[in-house]
Amino acid sequence: MSTDDHGLPAAQSTNPIRPPARSLASRFFDSDLWYSFRSSRLVVLAGIVTLLMVGAALLAPVIAPHDPYDLRALNLMDSDLPPAWVKGGDPRFLLGTDDQGRDILSTILYGTRSSIAISVLAVFLAIGIGVSLGLVAGYFGGIVDTIIMRIADVKLTFPAILVALLINGIAQTLFRGRLGGAEFWILVLSIGLSFWVQYARTVRGMTLVEKNKEYVQAARLIGMSRTAIMFKHVLPNVLSPVLVIGTINLALAIITEATLSFLGVGLPPTEPSLGTMIQIGNKYLFSGSWWMVAFPGLTLAVLVLAVNLLGDWLRDALNPKLR
Amino acid sequence: MLAFTIRRIFEAAIVMLTVALMAFVLFRFVGDPVNQMVGQDTTLAEREELRERLGLNDPVIVQFGRFIWNAARYDFGISYQVKRPVTSLIAERFPATFELAVTAALFAVLLGIPMGVYTGIHRDSWLSKLFLSVSLIGISLPTFLIGILLIYVFAVQLGVLPSFGRGEVIRIGGWTTGFLTASGLKALILPAITLGLFQMTLVTRLVRSQMLEVLRTDYIKFARARGLSDRAVNFGHALKNTLIPVITIIGLQLGAIIAFAIITETVFQWPGMGLMFIQAVQNADIPVMSAYLMLVAFLFVLINLIVDLLYVWIDPRVRIYGREA
Repeated sequence: MSTDDHGLPAAQSTNPIRPPARSLASRFFDSDLWYSFRSSRLVVLAGIVTLLMVGAALLAPVIAPHDPYDLRALNLMDSDLPPAWVKGGDPRFLLGTDDQGRDILSTILYGTRSSIAISVLAVFLAIGIGVSLGLVAGYFGGIVDTIIMRIADVKLTFPAILVALLINGIAQTLFRGRLGGAEFWILVLSIGLSFWVQYARTVRGMTLVEKNKEYVQAARLIGMSRTAIMFKHVLPNVLSPVLVIGTINLALAIITEATLSFLGVGLPPTEPSLGTMIQIGNKYLFSGSWWMVAFPGLTLAVLVLAVNLLGDWLRDALNPKLR
Repeated sequence: MLAFTIRRIFEAAIVMLTVALMAFVLFRFVGDPVNQMVGQDTTLAEREELRERLGLNDPVIVQFGRFIWNAARYDFGISYQVKRPVTSLIAERFPATFELAVTAALFAVLLGIPMGVYTGIHRDSWLSKLFLSVSLIGISLPTFLIGILLIYVFAVQLGVLPSFGRGEVIRIGGWTTGFLTASGLKALILPAITLGLFQMTLVTRLVRSQMLEVLRTDYIKFARARGLSDRAVNFGHALKNTLIPVITIIGLQLGAIIAFAIITETVFQWPGMGLMFIQAVQNADIPVMSAYLMLVAFLFVLINLIVDLLYVWIDPRVRIYGREA
């Protein structure tokens, strides 16, 4: 039995008993994905930076030295203080304070938290909409396919930022004055709705290929319903490019959220967000208060850069052509 | 070719109708137009009269027809905020956005293509690596942050360039231009760089990857074997063949430039259409919002159409596909 000629792993054919089930962790650390991750120092650095920032954002209420939501703790006497190491700085406020006397470091922690939360939710929403529509369009074909893809074409004519801005503008107008904290969800909705097309197109293309494969025919023969085949069998096989687009889109979603908040149509100024902080800081740029813009801007840039690097790596690692 | 053109124009018309429907729904149903236009002390009778005069009591389909008819004649009603015809507002703002967008696109192309060619030919030189690192940063930095950074360096610290407005403009007919005065040109520099940087990195990366692909082909090897100079091979043969996708992307990016102009114009308080749109969103000025939506959609659809047709014209392979479809 020369199994090696067929490219089968020798262990499987010579030993009919399946190897003992290994833990998920050890399987992960043996995988190609982990190997390609480890082999690039830049990617490891990006991974560590992302983890640190997400961790710091999640733990914001615990590690932040001040609470920017607590209006009683704010003191206008503390406003506009430079970072602690600059002359005139206060050791209580490591990165200085803004015009309201809020601690920049704490506000960045809370702001990163809402930026990441909004972007992740928006990307999940986009994946949900895009993948379902793509699956349905690819699997059913015909008039359903035509309608969905035409809508996608119209949507693709407009840049995502403009669509997000429009949806946001309409929602703000509709609920004028009685939003009461819904800005968060409006942002999620407007960013999510502006990103779904890419997933729909990718998933549709792959579904068209997958639905003619033998395993789908077999599933149909044993009498599974179309919905079950779509979601249980086809879906897992079209997910890996979705993961890649999702990571790259996450960086874009972070930028979009910050941009909308910067333009004054995202989160209200009372809610800490990186975009809002930069918008406030921008007003004080000429009075020399550079720290109000510099630190949130740096945080935003580093976060986006790290996520972009991870996305690039994932794209290369999951693309079998490049191996 | 003719069938393809007609089909494309038909599709473009459907897109425009869809957008018009969205703009109409926005205009008619988001917020009550009458409430927006009158003051607090207007009587119910007066409101009803205004409602009748504006035709808001007609069937919705008639109103939609009238909306389309008016839009086709370039009439978008009166702004709630400034109480002036939207079209005259747009006519005032359009030159600023147009000049900014054209300058940014020129900046992106005139710098992006040489950088792309250089990084494609000299893959491993340190200058290429520098260009590529800079372009990665250019993609990762949000537009508004780049703008603020430029303002901080050139306006706040060095004080050499203005940070807001268009400078002195000269009026020629219905058009205002900042190209003809020193202060107008100076005011253009920072916004144009901010707006064009992302597109420039895109062009650089695209030209580079296209060059890498083309330089591997047989006809390039053959051209070298014939003893042609590097210059003739790189520019005469290689660059020429990379330009088709580049032209497409640049065409499509013109739309993105107009959209991103919203951000740049806000950062630099540039008195263009983008700033007008943001102010309209903040003030719930629906006629301005729907007019902007229609105009931008029209521009995008037009650009897409032209790019599609150009593509067919340049590349015969698409023409065959287009005939079959």
